Amino acid sequence: MNVTTPSKLEKILKSGQYAVTSECGPPRNGNPEAVAKKAELLKGYVDAINITDNQTAVVRQCSLASCIKLKLLGFEPVLQMVTRDRNRIAIQSDLLGATSFGINNVLCLTGDHQRFGDHPNSANVFDLDSTKLIQAVKLMRDDGKLLGGFEMHEHRPQMFIGAAENPFADPFEIRVLRLAKKVAAGAQFIQTQCIYNMDKFKLWMKQVRDAGLHEKVAIMAGLTPMKNVGMAKYMKNRVPGIDVPEDIIKRLQGVPKEKQAEEGIAILLEQIEELKQEEGIRGFHIMAIEWEEKVPEIVQKAGLYPRPAVD
Amino acid sequence: MIMAKPKPIEEIIRYIENLDKVLIAGCNGCVAVCEAGGLKEVEVLASALRMYFLQKGKKVEVDEVSLTRQCDKEYLEEIKDRIGNYSGVVSLACGAGVQFMAEMYDEKPIFPGVNTSFIGVTEDQGKWSERCQACGECVLAETGGICPIARCSKRMLNGPCGGSEKGKCELSVVFNKDVPCGWHLIYERLKKLGQLERFAQPAAEKDWTVSRDGGPREIIREDVRP
Repeated sequence: MNVTTPSKLEKILKSGQYAVTSECGPPRNGNPEAVAKKAELLKGYVDAINITDNQTAVVRQCSLASCIKLKLLGFEPVLQMVTRDRNRIAIQSDLLGATSFGINNVLCLTGDHQRFGDHPNSANVFDLDSTKLIQAVKLMRDDGKLLGGFEMHEHRPQMFIGAAENPFADPFEIRVLRLAKKVAAGAQFIQTQCIYNMDKFKLWMKQVRDAGLHEKVAIMAGLTPMKNVGMAKYMKNRVPGIDVPEDIIKRLQGVPKEKQAEEGIAILLEQIEELKQEEGIRGFHIMAIEWEEKVPEIVQKAGLYPRPAVD
Repeated sequence: MIMAKPKPIEEIIRYIENLDKVLIAGCNGCVAVCEAGGLKEVEVLASALRMYFLQKGKKVEVDEVSLTRQCDKEYLEEIKDRIGNYSGVVSLACGAGVQFMAEMYDEKPIFPGVNTSFIGVTEDQGKWSERCQACGECVLAETGGICPIARCSKRMLNGPCGGSEKGKCELSVVFNKDVPCGWHLIYERLKKLGQLERFAQPAAEKDWTVSRDGGPREIIREDVRP
């Protein structure tokens, strides 16, 4: 696979080494330091940092501004973009703005429905869906065209294109087809939904390999450490599309409360070891929600430290 | 069919309590079928209003009429001779009917008596649900006869999002009841029809100019024009 952009994440993935990414959620106010502070905790331990885009439809500092901030501080940001809040005009405009700051990674998402968030009465946009967003970025980058047909003769976006995939959503049979569609649209890397049901994930990966998709797209396994049994139950019952098997809950219940966080990390480290045996897994996306300080420990204990240097 | 829901009577009272003579005008089209604005609903609403004004000692006279349709001029003209007697009309037609009546009788206040909700079907007695958003470019041939615009809460065109679980839309958690995932239905139907290959290619970009985003729409057909 040839490198197509200046993205550091792309270079590491294409060098054949495991890539490690993490994410930072911006604050619900205008704090100028919050994202940078979270990113500092990850410095040197991850290759790129996703900045979420009003995740769970809760208003936060914008992903683009936070990405610019990180870029100026020398980090490698991944601009998450949902199609819920912006039409194709605003989306392309933001992509051009990101380009002007040398942001080279984008994660194309449709986004959680606004009814989940703090403005359930708002209108949604969904002019495009995630697949169409992938196509739009590719068109801008490879053909130098906007969706409206305008041709850019210089300063095209140089984005390494990512997408999410949830192996645990239904109908399960359609999940690999859906991935194939995103790959056909132009997705180059995938960050999966957080994995807890390893059997189901492996079944999905087998189908991915059977379809030859693991050779066309770099699949990064999404992982979120459980802080305690309450979080595990919440994710099982309240978060759509997350599959938390009963044995994870039982395992966390089996240790005293003050040891549950440690157990959550232990589970995650076992998962990484297991996933390293899985052909087609090219990296790990560690989403330590409001728990960024644990990422260095996880990366070190998982044998993923130091991070590779690329030009 | 266009589905509507009766407005709360308190809201209707607020519109008309200072008028002296009001006509409640039903529509025997769609809103009669969804039991929101037909002859029967006109009778019920008018009686309730009369009772309310009587109790409050207010002199508001309430009359009733139900037109065949309110989206056609010829039926609206049926009240031409009597509308002058009223200081206002509460129309129980859909939003189109209310506006068409206001256009024809442009000096008369016309108040809506229902909330026009969607284009849908009668699933069961007392249960109506949405099927179409009139997006202007029907994709049903590609999606097994099930509309992703109307039935996917994110109007996705390329398959289910990551929130679909056991055939249910992620919004089921919010609504605390089962909302079918539109794409799950499409998938099952395409499978049944042996057309799953339709799913493999990314859908073309949706042209929203033929939907509401293109501005107020009209259809002019020269072949049927007078």
